[in-house]
Amino acid sequence: MSDFLLATAGAILFTVAVGLVRILGGPGDADRMMAAQLIGTGGIASLLLIAAATGARGVDDVALGLAILAAFASAAFVNSGAPAEEPDPNPADDR
Amino acid sequence: MSLALDLFSIAAISAGVFFFLAGTVGLLRFPDALSRLHALTKADNLGLGLIVLGLLPRAESLLAALMLVAIWALVQLAGATAAQLIGRAVRRKGPAI
Amino acid sequence: MSVLQALDVGLAFLVFAVAAWTVFAPGPFAATVGYVVYGLLLSLVWIRLFAVDVALTEAAIGSGVTGVLLIGAAARLRGAETTPAEEALTGLTRLFAAGLCLLVAAALAAVVLLLPDQGPTLAPQSMERLPETGLGNPVTAVLIAFRSFDTMLEKVVLVLGVVGVWSLAADRYWGGAPGEARAERPEPTLAFFAQVLAPIGILVGVHVFWVGADEPGGAFQGGAILAAMWMIVMMARLTEAPQASAFWLRLALIAGPAVFLAAGVAGAVVAGGFFAYPPGLAKPLILFIETFMTFTIAVTLPMLVAGPPRREPRR
Repeated sequence: MSDFLLATAGAILFTVAVGLVRILGGPGDADRMMAAQLIGTGGIASLLLIAAATGARGVDDVALGLAILAAFASAAFVNSGAPAEEPDPNPADDR
Repeated sequence: MSLALDLFSIAAISAGVFFFLAGTVGLLRFPDALSRLHALTKADNLGLGLIVLGLLPRAESLLAALMLVAIWALVQLAGATAAQLIGRAVRRKGPAI
Repeated sequence: MSVLQALDVGLAFLVFAVAAWTVFAPGPFAATVGYVVYGLLLSLVWIRLFAVDVALTEAAIGSGVTGVLLIGAAARLRGAETTPAEEALTGLTRLFAAGLCLLVAAALAAVVLLLPDQGPTLAPQSMERLPETGLGNPVTAVLIAFRSFDTMLEKVVLVLGVVGVWSLAADRYWGGAPGEARAERPEPTLAFFAQVLAPIGILVGVHVFWVGADEPGGAFQGGAILAAMWMIVMMARLTEAPQASAFWLRLALIAGPAVFLAAGVAGAVVAGGFFAYPPGLAKPLILFIETFMTFTIAVTLPMLVAGPPRREPRR
């Protein structure tokens, strides 16, 4: 069963990383950000699988930390890409 | 009983891997940024969700199981927020930002 | 080759591929995203090396503080991606720089490969003396007890970093607040996210600090998560960065190293050695110092990310 968990961890990591390496070339920065978001989730999944297979202690805290910070890169990306002064084109959508 | 639980784990985790694969393929193949975003969120919810589901029977304690669910819930929150933020940025500025 | 070994080899290959991609990426933003992912993969590598404390640091700093800092910097450079200095770089200079980097990498690789199988280590001594500190986590014991002077100075470096960032402010902004003002109407998605996440994140940060005594974790990791929570609330513009001249901020920035240094000097008087802890009191004293260190780290890192003051000081 451990081997199965490790193999799936590897499979997920490989899948999302291949996606990342391909999409980092573009087309746009938004796509790069999405790839980073995907590898963040994939990394957490692999981490949980590896932890379950090897029984390493304290790994759940690492996964928890990664989960809490998972949206930070995207938030920084949007914050810096869209100046704060810019008015929302459709403020009514937000309600 | 343990065999049944193992089979359950294998089924759920394999399904999770499938959603990660689907999310990646979508990210690479879909024609525009918003569709790619749609593919991404499936991997976030279902991929990690199914893997956590598969790992639950193997958790050492109730606390460890709750921790797994909490991690999933936090990734949900982060994924939903990131998708909203990226989606709005794409709509506002066009996909090339 | 077992599945575990295959996974390790694959992981190493991935780290290498993402690193190479980061170097050859088209433009600063793509390189930054590559670097953030590289950090994430490294924390998986640290897990495989059973260095969970380091993995936690890498996760907390890489995804939080440095990720936000670098992405913000890359986005700010987007308009001016070819600076005059960059244009002045000839092919020869680039080649020279690349050669130099390769040389450093090769030297490091050689050193690592030439290490004896049983390298010189102080690990057995550390484990032997661990009970005297009252701690269960040897990493925390090394950081706060066995090499406490280094750890204290590392925090001083962080404070000096903030001073360096502030010194970039224009004269008229000196003492003012960095970053953007609090928004009348914050971006709703980010505001909601920050409001939900911050309380949970603060709880997790304190938890990581607290378990650091016996399990992987500690002041730096906990402080970095707390720092990220302050950052997200500022990024959502629910609150704004304090003025650089605020007395409480200055106090918070030096609290950790100051308490640490005071404990060290007190050790010279009470326990017979600079940075010695009195027997039996080591653990409470360490936790006391770490509390202030965590607080200082949680204040220092967001100030580094917020950048130099950009608004005129209010009186």
